[in-house]
Amino acid sequence: MHRIVILGAGTGGTLAANRLRRALGPHDASIICVDQDDRHVYQPGLLFVPFGRTGLNELIRPRARQIHRGIEYRCDVVESVDIFAHVVHLAKGGELAYDVLVVASGAVLAPEETEGLTGPGWMEKVFTFYTPDGAAALAKAMATFSSGRIVVNIVDLPIKCPVAPLEFCFLADAYFRQRQLRDRVQLSLVTPLDGAFTKPIAAKHLGGMLSERGIELVTEFNTGEVDGTGGRLISFDGREVPFDLAVVIPAHSGAPYVAKSPGLGDALGFVPTDEHTLQSLAAPNVFAIGDATSLAVSKAGSVAHFEGEVLVENIQRFLKGEPLDASYDGHVNCFIETGSFKALLIDFNDEVEPETGHYPGRVGLPLLKESRLNHLGKLMFQWFYWHLLLPGRNVPGISSAMPLKGKDRPVAKRREEVAR
Amino acid sequence: MSVETVAGVSLDLNEEGFLTDPSQWNEDVAVALARREGIDPLSERHWEVIRFMRHEFETKGAGPSVRMLAKTSGVPIKELYELFPKGPAKLAAKIAGIPKPRGCI
Repeated sequence: MHRIVILGAGTGGTLAANRLRRALGPHDASIICVDQDDRHVYQPGLLFVPFGRTGLNELIRPRARQIHRGIEYRCDVVESVDIFAHVVHLAKGGELAYDVLVVASGAVLAPEETEGLTGPGWMEKVFTFYTPDGAAALAKAMATFSSGRIVVNIVDLPIKCPVAPLEFCFLADAYFRQRQLRDRVQLSLVTPLDGAFTKPIAAKHLGGMLSERGIELVTEFNTGEVDGTGGRLISFDGREVPFDLAVVIPAHSGAPYVAKSPGLGDALGFVPTDEHTLQSLAAPNVFAIGDATSLAVSKAGSVAHFEGEVLVENIQRFLKGEPLDASYDGHVNCFIETGSFKALLIDFNDEVEPETGHYPGRVGLPLLKESRLNHLGKLMFQWFYWHLLLPGRNVPGISSAMPLKGKDRPVAKRREEVAR
Repeated sequence: MSVETVAGVSLDLNEEGFLTDPSQWNEDVAVALARREGIDPLSERHWEVIRFMRHEFETKGAGPSVRMLAKTSGVPIKELYELFPKGPAKLAAKIAGIPKPRGCI
């Protein structure tokens, strides 16, 4: 009997555990899933908390309840992994030996890496909506904010859900319009990127949407210090952006144990992973999924979902001694909430950037275009998340491989891809 | 894409001025590329970073981000900005003749 240990019971860990349990019989493998608490947060929902559109109680469920029968759930802190001895060291529960390890412990915030960020003003005029407590505290500050300058600042990449800061700006614009305060509130997005997004077509489109809404875009700003008392963001090259309220997305790292485990992670605590097979580069019997990997793909739930299919196939192949399937194509898919009950949808991978068209085929949700249908899609997604994505079900019509058929693409480009 | 002769070497450069073939690089090329970016002369500390970037590229296939560079090279982030103003990872990569570090989105 093979012993499979999964570190992390968030999006990636839960769906991997449930998919593996279905794929492998009870006598083929034991599956143990470890996490440090029993609060599974629906993270996409945190975006709506500061605007009073949802409460934390609607977003948090017990982790153990999302994990199917036949999987053991261990609530413990991982101290370190010995990839040479194939053992996980736990804070209170001793050791767990494994034949296959899945690192699914996500990304954590590292606000302490930015000078002053957690100093005076933190949780008073400097907030983040990337944690449940931060989002709830920000909701209170937003409700009483009636004039001044709000900056939304991305400290460094990678971050979870890279479109969330943009969505925050769009929602803030709509929120203050509705409260009839928009002319008294200035909004700025301050980013280290050279545009609103990395991919050119989407960057142009989203940049246009910011300027239409009167939201200032400050680019190539690498935050070196946050001065909460004086209300200033200061970049490493000495530029300053003043604020009355700052919404900061701190730098991200991998789970602390990853960096403490020799050979497992990189300097930021993410696990170097093969971008197509999801096998770690650390050891052949260690795999990684979701935000925990060092892949240059978005840290997003849709990625963990698309990776899940490939990961489970490859763990089975590894256990049988077969060659791995190198089929993960970097597929990402996300709804971008644009305010006033509309949203856009983007769908892309390493090679094909977000384009217009429809998803998943010629008839479907409009791509890179604002619509009410996409907003409903985003709201529906919360149901999908708990009932299809975490149980590890395939969503009909939405598979791991990125679809091309609904995208508006130049004919020549399509021919080129068919020829390849 | 353009071809330019820099320090006596014919270089293939992309639209942002990054070498498309890192093997065309040598130390004289680095000096000339740095001068074009307003860094002249290159100090020993600059060279430490440039060599580190080349090493990272050769062993990992990609140059590091600024934060990663600061954590792994031993040169603190503030000093990196003094050495390579604006964007250390981008500028050091350009002078080291390796591709622009990939964005993470």
